[in-house]
Amino acid sequence: MPESVHSQDPDQSMVDAEQPEQEVVSNDPILEERQVVVLPGATDTAASFQFEGEGHTMGNALRYAIMKNPAVEFCGYTIPHPSDAKMHVRIQTTDSTTALEALEKGFNDLMDLCDVVTEKFTSARDQFNAESGNRMEV
Amino acid sequence: MAPLVPSQEELQRRRIIGINAETVTNIPSTDFPGHWPGESHGWAVDEFQKVEFHRNDQFEASFSLIGLDASVANAFRRILMAEIPTIAIEDVFIHNNTSVIQDEVLAQRLGLIPLKGSVEGINWMQWFKKATEEGGEEDGPCDFNTIVLHLDMECYKNEHAAKDEQDPRKLYTNAHVYAKDLMFTPVGRQEQYFVGDGAIAPVNPDILIAKMRPGQAIQMELHCQKGIGADHAKFSPVATASYRLLPDIKIERPIIGDDAKKFAKCFPKGVIGLEPVTSAEAAQRGSGYEGHSGEQKAVVKDAFSDTVSRECLRHDEFKDKVKLGRVRDHFIFNVESTGQFDSDVLFLEAVKVLKLKCNRWKRGLTDLMA
Repeated sequence: MPESVHSQDPDQSMVDAEQPEQEVVSNDPILEERQVVVLPGATDTAASFQFEGEGHTMGNALRYAIMKNPAVEFCGYTIPHPSDAKMHVRIQTTDSTTALEALEKGFNDLMDLCDVVTEKFTSARDQFNAESGNRMEV
Repeated sequence: MAPLVPSQEELQRRRIIGINAETVTNIPSTDFPGHWPGESHGWAVDEFQKVEFHRNDQFEASFSLIGLDASVANAFRRILMAEIPTIAIEDVFIHNNTSVIQDEVLAQRLGLIPLKGSVEGINWMQWFKKATEEGGEEDGPCDFNTIVLHLDMECYKNEHAAKDEQDPRKLYTNAHVYAKDLMFTPVGRQEQYFVGDGAIAPVNPDILIAKMRPGQAIQMELHCQKGIGADHAKFSPVATASYRLLPDIKIERPIIGDDAKKFAKCFPKGVIGLEPVTSAEAAQRGSGYEGHSGEQKAVVKDAFSDTVSRECLRHDEFKDKVKLGRVRDHFIFNVESTGQFDSDVLFLEAVKVLKLKCNRWKRGLTDLMA
């Protein structure tokens, strides 16, 4: 398959952003080095993004989150070649938003979900531990 | 126009994946905007209903996540197995190995030994940066990226062994090398983190590493580093991490008498119970119970424990009387830790990793916008 991504293009290369305070930042240098690029042929409302080093884990969850957005007409993901660690996400939206915004909303939504899952998991666990602790004492 | 809200029955129907004798039906989720005309289905975080715990031990946790989509549940499962960082033996420096087990085989065995230690300390540890082909330089082992273990064993004859002794463990000293023989040497700040019970040690001290005979010896230095399961299975923090969907059994028409007993036998114990048909039920016309007052009928007691073997679908007498299925958004997780972290902590770590990845990619997007 011909390489269609111009990751050397300086306009698309990624520079480390200023990290906002308080946010959880990974200390994983491998994760930080990876790039996201827009594949050629993109318009505002229809674009394909390429994520380096991602797989089905992120791809499918992200696809679901983006498809839940009413302004998104189409979202799909693919790993074009199994030996090439690259994941493509295709997003087509209505005129009310852009593909990039839909992608960002997808990430935000997933992060919100992670918070809710953590919170409910922790409280359910604490309650379970307390109850089984009581049972043992009896 | 306000969005249409489907009836409870319709929503329940959509939640069940049909499991039939030869086919599985209603597989893909349809809760997307635009799929059902007039209905909303937009993103709503409160679709995630709750977590129910079934078991919470150090080495095994079982819990239900209710109200998730398979894509998200699967992301958690995949992260549990392949993307949570753990510490394992990575570099083995062999000073001497005269045992019969070859250097490379021994090194591979050592790598797979699960280690435990202060969780705080393990989280404090950083990645060991390896030299890359592009000319990236190696960090070199430091206290924050490498834990050093030593294995120094020599086998010799036991003078006090009985004359007719056959057991090599009594006949010789150090005939067997176990995981407990790995000696931890703290360096620098590791002395603050890995002290007392928090010291680095194998989770299972009785793992057999090698066997020796008098005159043989093993001397080596082992460097443990941080890594993830995607790189090598030895870094995977779980023995297994899996989920299944909650089984759903619907008895649509009465199963009575001997049939009920046979029906119960098609399932694991406790899944199907037998109850007498009440006189009120028997009096009701068209219920199928007419004239069967006092007989035993089959009722679903505990669908959770079912294995969905479909055995009941093989018998003609239950034809059209029972419907098997699974609940689409009820995931029963089972996480078995190898011991470095507690099982419940591992799941929380998995959620954290997913969030971290989202956050990192979101930051990457800011440059695309410019």
